[in-house]
Amino acid sequence: MKFSTALVAAVCIGIASVFGVAVAQDAETEKAIERYRQMLKEDPWSNPGLLDSDRGEALWKTPRGPKNVSLEQCDLGKGPGKVEGAFAELPRYFKDADRVMDVETRLIWCMEKLQGFNPADLVKRPHPGGGQPVKELGAIATWIANQSAGQKFAPRFDHPKEKDVVALGEDLFFRRSGPMDFSCATCHSAEGLRIRLQGLPYLADPKEARKVVGEWPAYRVSSTHVMTMQHRLYDCYWQMRMPQLQMGSDASVALIAYLTKQAAGGEITAPGLKR
Amino acid sequence: MQKKLPFVLAAAALVGSAAIAQQQSAVPAGAADAAIKAAFPGAPEEFVPRLSQDETMKQCSATRNDPPKALAEEIQKREKATIEYPADGKFIGDWKKGEALAQSGYGLRFTDYPARRANGGNCYACHQISKQEVSYGTLGPSLYQYGKLRDYKEADVKATYEKIYNSHSALPCSNMPRFGSNKVLTIEQIKDAVALLMSPESPVNKD
Repeated sequence: MKFSTALVAAVCIGIASVFGVAVAQDAETEKAIERYRQMLKEDPWSNPGLLDSDRGEALWKTPRGPKNVSLEQCDLGKGPGKVEGAFAELPRYFKDADRVMDVETRLIWCMEKLQGFNPADLVKRPHPGGGQPVKELGAIATWIANQSAGQKFAPRFDHPKEKDVVALGEDLFFRRSGPMDFSCATCHSAEGLRIRLQGLPYLADPKEARKVVGEWPAYRVSSTHVMTMQHRLYDCYWQMRMPQLQMGSDASVALIAYLTKQAAGGEITAPGLKR
Repeated sequence: MQKKLPFVLAAAALVGSAAIAQQQSAVPAGAADAAIKAAFPGAPEEFVPRLSQDETMKQCSATRNDPPKALAEEIQKREKATIEYPADGKFIGDWKKGEALAQSGYGLRFTDYPARRANGGNCYACHQISKQEVSYGTLGPSLYQYGKLRDYKEADVKATYEKIYNSHSALPCSNMPRFGSNKVLTIEQIKDAVALLMSPESPVNKD
C-alpha cells in the first residue's frame, strides 16, 4: 500500500511536469494519464478524488447549518437517508420541490430545508478555483455519486416533468449563442474530433455518452481538484463566452438530464480521473 | 404586388422554420430562451445580449445546423450582407500577426474583462494550418497549403476574407464563428489571418 501510494505520487508529479511543458506533448500526457487510470483500477484507493468523497461522507453525517442537523434525513429519491444507488436514478422529479433535480440541486434543497442554509449563499461562488479543493456541497455530491459506483445509470424519466426537462436539455444542447455562435453541439456532435489535441466526446451519441458521463464528478489533473457536473457545465459556458451558469438553474438541470439520458446504461465510475 | 412578394416569402420561410423546429423539438417555443435567461442571473451588461439569439442562430439551432435549401439561401444572403470590406481594398495583411492570432484563444470570456490584449481567433483549436504547429484541432478542415492549392487567385483571396468575416456567407450554419460580423476580430486582424492562409511567404504555403 505504501509502495503504491508513493508510485501514484510519482506519477502525479510526472503528469504535473508534463503539463508544464509544451502542448505538443499532449499525446504523451494522455498516455501518462491512461497509465495512471490503469493504476487506479489496480488500486482504486489511490484516487485523490476519494479524499473529497470521504470529506463529503463526513459532511453528510455531521450536524451543520443554522439548524445544526446532519443531512442523514435528506431524500435523494429513494427515501430519507438512502444514498446507495440514488445517484444512478438522478436527475429525477421530486414531489416535495415539484421540480426535477440533479444531485447538486437536490443537495441545495436539503441543505436549505433540513439544515437551514440560505440557498443564495450556496450558489454564490459554488465552484473552486484552480488548485482549490472542491467545495463542501461538491464533496458531498462526489460521495453520493461514488455510492453508486459500479452501477449503471438507470434514470426513469417517465414523469411528464422529467420528459419536459430532458427535451429542454436537448434543445439547449443545440442552442447556439454568444459572440462565437457556440452550442454544446459545436464541439460534441461528431465522432473522433479534437480541439487542439484534446479528444472531444460525441455526447449526442449514447455510445460515447455512456463512456464518459459516469466519470463525473471527476478529479481533474490539470486543475488538481474534483470538478462536479454542475462545475463542468459552468466551465463549458465560460468557454462558450456566456456568463456564469447558476448552479441548480433549470437550464443546468435540463442539460444534466439530457446527458444522463444519453448515458443511460453506462457505468458510473465517479470520481473519475480527467486530464 | 412587388411589395407583397417579399412578405409572402418571409412568411413562408417563417412557417418553414417553425415546422422544422416542431419536428426537431418537443419543447414549447420560448422555453429554451426563458431557461437561458433564468440560468444567468446578474449577468454583466456586456453579456446580456448574449442570452438572446439572432435570426441565424435561431434557424441553425432549430435545424441542428442542417437547414433545408431555401432556408440555407436565406441565411447565406442575410449574412453576406453584413460583411464590411477593407477601406483600402486590400485583403492581405501580415501573416506573422495572422499566425499569432491563430494561436491565441484569448478574449470575450467572463474572465477576460477588462480586456488585457486583443482577441485571438484561436484558429488552431479547430484547424491544421502550418506544418510546424502539431497541436491543432480537427473540428474544421485542414488549411495547410491553403493558398498554394488555390494558386493564390485573387478571387480566392477575397473569398477567404469573406469566409473568415462571416462563415455563414459561404456555408450557412457553419460551426465557425462569424469573426467579423460578431466583432470578435477587427478588419485588420482578418486581413492578417487571410495573409497567413494566402501569402506565398506564409509557412502555410512555403513549407
